[in-house]
Amino acid sequence: MLKQIANIEINVNDEGYLTDFSQWNKDVAMEIAKEEGVELTDEHWKVIDYIQEQYRNEVPLSIRKVGKSGVVSIKDFYRLFPDGPLKKATKIAGVPKPVSCI
Amino acid sequence: MQKLLILGAGTGGTMMANHLRSKLDKNEWEMTIVDQEKTHYYQPGFLFLPFDIYKPSQVKKSIKKFIPKGVNLIRSKIDRIDADNNKVTLEGGDVLDYDLLIIATGAHIAPQEIEGMLGSGWHKDVFDFYTYKGSKALRDKLREWEGGKLVVHIAEMPIKCPVAPLEFAFLSDSYFKHKGMRDKVDITYVTPMSGAFTKPKASNALQYLLDEKGINIVGDFNIEKVDNEAKKIVDYGGKEVEYDLLVTVPTNMGSEVIERSGLGDDLNFIPTNKGSLQSKAHENIFVIGDASNLPASKAGSVAHFEAEILEENILRYIKGEPLKEKFDGHANCFIETGNGKALLIDFNYTHEPVEGTFPLPGVGPLRLLQESRMNHMGKLAFRWIYWNMLLKGISIPFVSATMSEAGKHFEEVES
Ligand SMILES: Cc1cc2nc3c(=O)[nH]c(=O)nc-3n(C[C@H](O)[C@H](O)[C@H](O)COP(=O)(O)OP(=O)(O)OC[C@H]3O[C@@H](n4cnc5c(N)ncnc54)[C@H](O)[C@@H]3O)c2cc1C
Repeated sequence: MLKQIANIEINVNDEGYLTDFSQWNKDVAMEIAKEEGVELTDEHWKVIDYIQEQYRNEVPLSIRKVGKSGVVSIKDFYRLFPDGPLKKATKIAGVPKPVSCI
Repeated sequence: MQKLLILGAGTGGTMMANHLRSKLDKNEWEMTIVDQEKTHYYQPGFLFLPFDIYKPSQVKKSIKKFIPKGVNLIRSKIDRIDADNNKVTLEGGDVLDYDLLIIATGAHIAPQEIEGMLGSGWHKDVFDFYTYKGSKALRDKLREWEGGKLVVHIAEMPIKCPVAPLEFAFLSDSYFKHKGMRDKVDITYVTPMSGAFTKPKASNALQYLLDEKGINIVGDFNIEKVDNEAKKIVDYGGKEVEYDLLVTVPTNMGSEVIERSGLGDDLNFIPTNKGSLQSKAHENIFVIGDASNLPASKAGSVAHFEAEILEENILRYIKGEPLKEKFDGHANCFIETGNGKALLIDFNYTHEPVEGTFPLPGVGPLRLLQESRMNHMGKLAFRWIYWNMLLKGISIPFVSATMSEAGKHFEEVES
């Protein structure tokens, strides 16, 4: 599915997650964040950097990992990305939504 | 004489002892297996024990019974693995050295990871069913429970047999129906994932089960604490769910020995090559079953598929041949849906659970992703297969280690 974000055509799946990480840039992130009702601050960017680094290293993400990363506490993660922080943060970071078995 | 050491005599360790003893020359290879328990538990049976479907005696046997002649069995807690010096220290201080190590120490629940979970309500109105003790205590509780809010809960992923909590919810529905008290019980399923089924295929095919059984879903719930006084669970975002009876699957972690030895990740799972099952840090250490960090299901069926590939790779390693990166994450599991029915799913690293038939391409007898009585019989038969074939390393007819694509309708998992 193609979607117009930050004036360019971006490939996304039906939940709005980028399907091609190379299309991500900061403008894209800001636009998705706006749709999610999040205004990005330095604190947010630190989390986004961390998530992207994990993705590049093929480390599966979890709330626990983020909480133990030293980048942000779980409480603050929720404050920054309210309701489902991992879902929101991964979407803004342009990486796939963490999935489970079925 | 060379030494092969296996840590853990559960599903994976026992299978490897059986697979390899017949393949390795007794004059060249001494084999030893260590476990802290004397009992081998059939963990899939812990799902049925609370509902009085299985008796305790059907889910436990002696470990010794399944370890072949020619393999030394040591009963002891393992204290530490010194991977740089190829040595393992046992609790009493004995040291075992090895040329080749297979780690099969599994995963277990860690309720202490969640604030308040081990509080005053533990095994009174807060239960696990992932241990023999928890499952049996829950059986006693259910026998006399008069109804109220039943909350079935998953703390965080990954967990062993990820469908077991959902099956628990389905079986509860039938259990209370049969007892004539379904109207007195409110069943809620609370999960850290976005819903009970997160893959679209499974979700479309299975949503009706939840509707039909009147099971409420609370998704995206990341538990922060159990409040024993107010009888509610609270998530980091402030959401709350009240319970009268909480059946929880706490955080699952690898063995503490992995942590003490510095071999694991943040949940004590060992970084492992997902195709060859060799540990990433040490070439003479291999990992089978729940102890690894593979992105596959933590299930006995997975350990079974892994065993065949691991056997081959260990023989190759010994001969100095390159390993095969063959494991594809193949898992199949029965999902009990209650009322004497079950469904079967089959998937791997790259394929979503599929519709179609299993294991005989095109003919069945077991239909994938569809409820049937036959599948339920399959699930119950699995206990017999487990004790009599799986542990002994006898391969199951028609079921191959890597996933067969014949007879199934596929959809690639997007990555
Ligand atoms: C409720 C429930 C339902 C399940 N249902 C299914 C199902 O339907 N189908 C399916 O395929 N799978 C199912 N499973 C999962 C299955 O039981 C496990 O995936 C399988 O047993 C894993 O095998 P393993 O060898 O990795 O670990 P285990 O069989 O758990 O063995 C690990 C062994 O290591 C020993 N050990 C650990 N640490 C130490 C130490 N420090 N010192 C000494 N010994 C140690 C333990 O005592 C244990 O015997 C279920 C599990 C549960 C809990």
